[in-house]
Amino acid sequence: MTKSFDKTEWGLLLALPVLICLTFLLPAWVVNYIQVSLGTGLVALGVMIQMRAGLVSFGQGLYFCIGGYTAGLAGKFLGISDLFVLLVMGLLASVVIAFLLGFLLRRYREIFFAMLSLAVSMILFGLLSSTEELGSTDGFNLPQPTYLGWAPEGDLGETVLYVVTCVVTLGLALGLNRVLRSPLGYINEAIRENELRVEYLGTSAHRAVHITYVIAAAVSAAGGVLWAMALGHVDPEMTNWTTSGQFVFVSILAGTGNIAAPLIGTFLLEIVRVYAVEISPNTWQMILGTLMLLTIIFLPRGLWSLIASAKRKTAAPKASEIMEGN
Amino acid sequence: MTPILETRNLERTFGAVVAARDINIRIGAGEILGVIGSNGAGKTTFVNMVTGYLPPSAGEILYRGSSITGKPTREIMRLGICRSFQIPQLFPEMDVLDNMLIALTIASRVKPALLTPAIDAGREEEALSLLARFGIERYAHQEIATLPQGVRKLVDIAMATVSDPDLLFLDEPTSGVSADEKMDFMKTLINALKANDTAVLFIEHDMEIIEAFSPRCVAFYEGTILADGPTREVLENRKVREFVIGSEFHRKTDKQAAPAAGNGAA
Repeated sequence: MTKSFDKTEWGLLLALPVLICLTFLLPAWVVNYIQVSLGTGLVALGVMIQMRAGLVSFGQGLYFCIGGYTAGLAGKFLGISDLFVLLVMGLLASVVIAFLLGFLLRRYREIFFAMLSLAVSMILFGLLSSTEELGSTDGFNLPQPTYLGWAPEGDLGETVLYVVTCVVTLGLALGLNRVLRSPLGYINEAIRENELRVEYLGTSAHRAVHITYVIAAAVSAAGGVLWAMALGHVDPEMTNWTTSGQFVFVSILAGTGNIAAPLIGTFLLEIVRVYAVEISPNTWQMILGTLMLLTIIFLPRGLWSLIASAKRKTAAPKASEIMEGN
Repeated sequence: MTPILETRNLERTFGAVVAARDINIRIGAGEILGVIGSNGAGKTTFVNMVTGYLPPSAGEILYRGSSITGKPTREIMRLGICRSFQIPQLFPEMDVLDNMLIALTIASRVKPALLTPAIDAGREEEALSLLARFGIERYAHQEIATLPQGVRKLVDIAMATVSDPDLLFLDEPTSGVSADEKMDFMKTLINALKANDTAVLFIEHDMEIIEAFSPRCVAFYEGTILADGPTREVLENRKVREFVIGSEFHRKTDKQAAPAAGNGAA
């Protein structure tokens, strides 16, 4: 608790070169899944940091979609293809919208927050689905990304996009880990357990929720930009309730114990889904549903709780050591 | 005595029900004040109004001469008025140290530095020394849910004192504490608070505790103040004995008085 640079941050820094090396070692389809998972993993991170404050957002797809569509619209109408510029534009759009919506949402908790966030995301879904200029339900394609004037093509272009995705995702995860360790992170945990006491300690729970909501939106929008650039396409499904539900699914499956959990959880879910579809093409959702049910029953704090409990067992002194000590 | 807190004709109604009316109380710096009254007399309503949880329907609350009427709870806490609760309001899934660390983190009022760690070794030491002041440092790494009620009460109060308040409200600090431990509990508590010259208003049902620890007492009855003055005078007040204290304390004080009267007669 007192170290300035914790194990998670070291882990994330070490994971970066490992992830980059994987592109040369693993088959292309696996690397592609990792890349997509990193994009959607950022949205799951956004859901996760809100869950730490006791808030379940069933509409996080809203910001995933805002990120993707901002990049798409900038490419389509302004001719911008620079990934860094698109990322900044996606972040700005999401921050402005989340800041405004936050004044409404910060007043609600539990099911009311969940339903309101869902309602807002479904408004955007309705708008995009009925806008023919933006491809209606089919969406539209994005340009090939460039990087400060450099436009790599073919395999090199894919590798560069993968590397940038890894750097941005892990960089944001590192920043979010810092947020969780900051006063805001602690206040959020306190809000989840007892909001009345938080107010009686002298701080505004509403303001903390608002800031967290905006941060979650920004991270989710970055995920949306990266995901959209990886697939080269956006459509309104990005903000549909089924997409938002997946992010909640991942957060519950992976747990909220560590910033790395949603990123790993997203990749595992992608892999499970691939094999579930392979095994049972018509009823693969049943396999995912069963997995969810088992997780809730046996690991209510998610898969990360397995790692956390293993760490606790390793850290606890053995009985024989205690006896020797005596 | 220059009051740090003064309430003028404070009133709170819930529809047709008048929970408190004409509450006029002055509390001086460092003063210890006991509040008595049966359930529903308006004691907690009064504390809730002063601490901003309930806006008063009428009247004014002055803190150090300035009005704090209607201010939100967090602003009032920041001004130096804190409170503990009848049912301890803690973070139950965390341990005692983390509860204290959160309280200290909020009380430190650092500018929102999003990327700076909230906790460092210095803050942990500070939390442990605060726990030591209340004699509960040995529970630091124990989860709240596993603690006895008396310790939870002390953690609740310790958290309310992290910002060194000028005025502290304690809502029934000894409720849930066993009869044998009440006196020691209050001694620990009052000694810890006296060291900081904190003014304390505590609500209590045990008249022995009131007599032992508060030089001044206020009796509430049906939302109004029945008596306010030196504790002995208030407890001997006929109306207070009839409407607030009840027959149990009557018998107790009569028994204590009887031998003295007998000796005098002899």
